[in-house]
Amino acid sequence: MSIKKMYDVVVIGSGPGGLAAAIDAKKAGAEDVLVVERDVEVGGILLQCIHNGFGLQTFKEDLPGPEYAQRFINEAKSLGITFLLDTMVMDVTPTRKLYLSSRNFGYMEVDARAIVLAMGCRERTRPQVRIPGYRPNGVFTAGTAQRWVNVEGYMPGNKFVILGSGDIGMIMARRLTFEGAHVERVLEIQSYLSGLSRNYVQCLDDWGIPLQLNYTVKKIIGKNRVEAIESVAVDSKWNYIPGTEEIIPCDTLLLSVGLIPENELSKKAGVKLDPVTGGPFVDEHFQTNVPGIFAAGNVVHVYDLVDYVSMAGSEAGKSAAEFALAEKAREARYIPLVPGKNVRYIVPHKLDKKALEQGDISLQMRVTKPIEEDVWLEVRGDDNSIVKRSERYVRPGEMVTIVLKPRMAAEVEKTGRLIVDIYPKSEA
Amino acid sequence: MEEKNYICTACPMGCKLIVRMEGDEVVKILGNRCKKGETYGRQEAIAPQRMVASTVKIANGIHPLLPVYTKGSIPKRKIREVLDKIRAVEVTAPVKAEDVIIANVIGTGVDVIASRDMPAKN
Repeated sequence: MSIKKMYDVVVIGSGPGGLAAAIDAKKAGAEDVLVVERDVEVGGILLQCIHNGFGLQTFKEDLPGPEYAQRFINEAKSLGITFLLDTMVMDVTPTRKLYLSSRNFGYMEVDARAIVLAMGCRERTRPQVRIPGYRPNGVFTAGTAQRWVNVEGYMPGNKFVILGSGDIGMIMARRLTFEGAHVERVLEIQSYLSGLSRNYVQCLDDWGIPLQLNYTVKKIIGKNRVEAIESVAVDSKWNYIPGTEEIIPCDTLLLSVGLIPENELSKKAGVKLDPVTGGPFVDEHFQTNVPGIFAAGNVVHVYDLVDYVSMAGSEAGKSAAEFALAEKAREARYIPLVPGKNVRYIVPHKLDKKALEQGDISLQMRVTKPIEEDVWLEVRGDDNSIVKRSERYVRPGEMVTIVLKPRMAAEVEKTGRLIVDIYPKSEA
Repeated sequence: MEEKNYICTACPMGCKLIVRMEGDEVVKILGNRCKKGETYGRQEAIAPQRMVASTVKIANGIHPLLPVYTKGSIPKRKIREVLDKIRAVEVTAPVKAEDVIIANVIGTGVDVIASRDMPAKN
């Protein structure tokens, strides 16, 4: 595999949003599509979501996360999309240049005609919900525990309390029960469930795991390892209600207290973020305020169903491809001006062939070395001569100008580049 | 007449179902918004079913665990037994998504299959 300098569409992240974006970008006519993924494999967080419930809309089937991802992965691979794994995007500029650091390829710079941001989201952690008490080992986010239990094969503890009734927390309550752990309690500070009711039924109710609404963790007990937590009931303003405290012995506290779109890269690219969603402001094609930079999935706002993430990815990918193709068509109107024999530089560096049909275009240049005899100034294509005129001498200190005229447009059309040579007539 | 209350898990909508029973017979299902809800409510009242997802050990894979799931629903009361069977299995990479890991698990007529491709290490 070799990585090019320029791609039609670069997608950052290979979760459900990124995969759908890459697939639909390719289908919409983008020739080169690159997906950059920081993990060592494609699929994103779906790979650790081994429970079923995915794809009811997209495939009309009840699939586990890895299988849902697998179908998109297989399609993307069959379409010839390039995946760059084990690679961090360190920076993205508003001019759509990406700075990458890759285990296999080292440091790279890649330009994109369009970019789809699909970095997903990250979990809220303990400091973001401000839990008082010691800071012992044994406090993890639900997603971290999910990764350990489902992918890496570690159990984070034996006796759990889960703070927050988000979907990942409830799903982990069941998963940990399956693996022989005890889940003592799920505490939710709000008066309602924050995840889906179906997860309450299948994950908590089925296994007799008690859910307490209007309850939170008042204190974490234990210096080196969690030994217990102190729970407390709250009123409608989340103030503790004295006298409702309870010590719940446990060795692990899992946090399932919400997700935040991950937009560090977006900010670097000049993308404006909505303070409410934490994701970019987007139009109906998921284009951000920066032209050519699109965003799809949980990086925009947190979804509860992966099917909708895929749909958003599809739209963003298709729109990114359209943007890239328009950009390409615009680039194709230009041909470069290349300094040839005894020419140091030429201004302009490129010219719009359509503009030449409208009127004269002056090419200004300087020579590398003086020639104190009659010279030819020649503008040519690779296989044709476009204009040739003579001068009595050329000197680096005196700028040389050659004028292209509309009547030369037909000859210019035949070539992919314009070369300017300046040489003594005696050598012609 | 007895009334049972359920939350439908057939899709993420989570309809609140009321199932009216006459002894062991379902006579009426209310609150569902689609056909799936009716099927779910009836099943839940008589013999609840669940899909099960877990992991098996895998040797020589890029990860130590392979996620697996039951291709269809099994009786809810048999989940523990199915999990014990799953826990006892060890496979070797490479494995393809949907490869059968345990055929007809504990005689339920349902296969336990792989949830993803698991390439071999290197």
